[in-house]
Amino acid sequence: MSETVKRKSDTKMVPFPSRAIVPERDLGKRPVLECSHLGIDFGGLRAVDDFNLTIGKTEIAGLIGPNGAGKTTVFNLLTKVYQPTTGTIMVNGKDTAGMNTVQANKLGLARTFQNIRLFNQMTVEDNVRIGLHNQIPYGMFSGILRLPPYWSGERKQHEKAMDLLSIFHMENLADEKAGSLPYGAQRRLEIVRALATNPSLLLLDEPAAGMNPKETEELMDNIIKIRDQFQIAIMLIEHDMNLVMGICEGICVLNFGKVIAKGTADEIQQNPEVIEAYLGRQREDEE
Amino acid sequence: MTMFLSNLISGISLGSVYAIIALGYTMVYGIAKMLNFAHGDVIMVGAYICFCCLYNLGLPPVVGVLASMAVCTLLGILIERLAYKPLRQATSLAVLITAIGMSYFLQNLAQMIWGANPKSFQTVIPAGNLTLMGGELKISYVSMVTIAASVVVMVALSLFVGRSKMGRAMRCVSEDKGAAQLMGVNVDLTISVTFAIGSALAAIAGVLMCSAYPTLKPTTGAMPGIKAFTAAVFGGIGSIPGAMLGGILLGVIEILGRAYVSSELGDAFVFAVLILVLLIKPTGLLGKKIHEKV
Repeated sequence: MSETVKRKSDTKMVPFPSRAIVPERDLGKRPVLECSHLGIDFGGLRAVDDFNLTIGKTEIAGLIGPNGAGKTTVFNLLTKVYQPTTGTIMVNGKDTAGMNTVQANKLGLARTFQNIRLFNQMTVEDNVRIGLHNQIPYGMFSGILRLPPYWSGERKQHEKAMDLLSIFHMENLADEKAGSLPYGAQRRLEIVRALATNPSLLLLDEPAAGMNPKETEELMDNIIKIRDQFQIAIMLIEHDMNLVMGICEGICVLNFGKVIAKGTADEIQQNPEVIEAYLGRQREDEE
Repeated sequence: MTMFLSNLISGISLGSVYAIIALGYTMVYGIAKMLNFAHGDVIMVGAYICFCCLYNLGLPPVVGVLASMAVCTLLGILIERLAYKPLRQATSLAVLITAIGMSYFLQNLAQMIWGANPKSFQTVIPAGNLTLMGGELKISYVSMVTIAASVVVMVALSLFVGRSKMGRAMRCVSEDKGAAQLMGVNVDLTISVTFAIGSALAAIAGVLMCSAYPTLKPTTGAMPGIKAFTAAVFGGIGSIPGAMLGGILLGVIEILGRAYVSSELGDAFVFAVLILVLLIKPTGLLGKKIHEKV
């Protein structure tokens, strides 16, 4: 545990603007995400209720909670897969009400998926190039007639894709089919594909699921490396507490769709409500 | 032997037309997951537009072909926007019936505009034959141009789908619409582009087909449309190389069947192939088994 604690930056967590906390280094910069009173009903079920969260410009935030707590639903709300029943989502100060998933992506939200959703029939490089779709554009007629913008656009896409793949040292896999990659590599490719869309907030849905401890260690280093290199915020859902407590600065705990605790790793670990949600209530007679 | 070669070449030529039409079916199926049964009638509209340009306006053949491609492209986008897009979330049966309705609508619209009497479509390709093997084997220019045009179309389409931004978007939308949208790919635009390309190809097919079989009437597109659908299923629906292979094989089977077995049963052979394929290999020659997510 002592080793993982060292990974965290020395920045103190400070209140912003009121109850929400962000890393001190992000003070004075507009937070990348501000959710207030976010909620969604599925029929009679309130899957997420009164969700408030602020994420600083370069924060690594964690979203944890027992199974079925509504974590992925929060991601789906943020990326506009679902439209919220109540509340607002501000990304880089812009209200995303009424936007669709494509617009949310253009605004700076990119994500990975709990059950990997790569384009399996396409090559690794083409998967990354899909992420670059709006980043390095050229017209369709250039594409059909292979005019100069086609060649320069394709060359730039190739260079950028290779550049991004090099984060995880995956350049040599560029021509493989994405579906044929081992599990851990598929998870890494999903991160690269999401990064290619040039996000300001990267949402990772269980990035370490199915990874062995060594791969998880590497992933932790890489998440920090990505944050530092691209100066973006990262929010992750994860069940691996080593990873969450090791790299997440602000942590938010969901249970039955409600936020039961927010704070730093130390605060969360000592919060009685969190312990209860994970381990159950202690029986009176045992106390 | 020369008889066989001559039949084989006309089979490949007919098959090339089927292949171009089948490409439209297979691309739309791959991306929008629907069978566009109005596709065959877009061929007919393309042929009529070319006919009008040549006979009513006296334009050169090249302009006629380009004009018919342009009109069909717009028609394809319009059909998708008006008839299919509102049904994006509907059951596939509702979309299928709408497509059949659209097919009859186009046929009847053509009948209103151009009348029910067959028009004699004079070829846009110079008549004549290339004579080989000491005058024994004759290959018509129409066949040669048809085969050459379809090769060009297939190569261009493969390059476009395989190695361009929009082609990649088309492939990823066909795999996972949701993930594609979350990566910033505009799915509606991609589907429109697919319909536009498919319809432009249908226009080319219409002109080529009417150059070889020069009777033009409002139902001209129906039979080739159904056969091209068969070709797409034969090759594996959703697969672009499958549509090309299926189309050409089907044309060859039809012509050889007509020549050596029974001239009346040519169409029956085509559909017998469809039944056999569905019985033996339901995914088609190059089709992949799709695992439905539950």
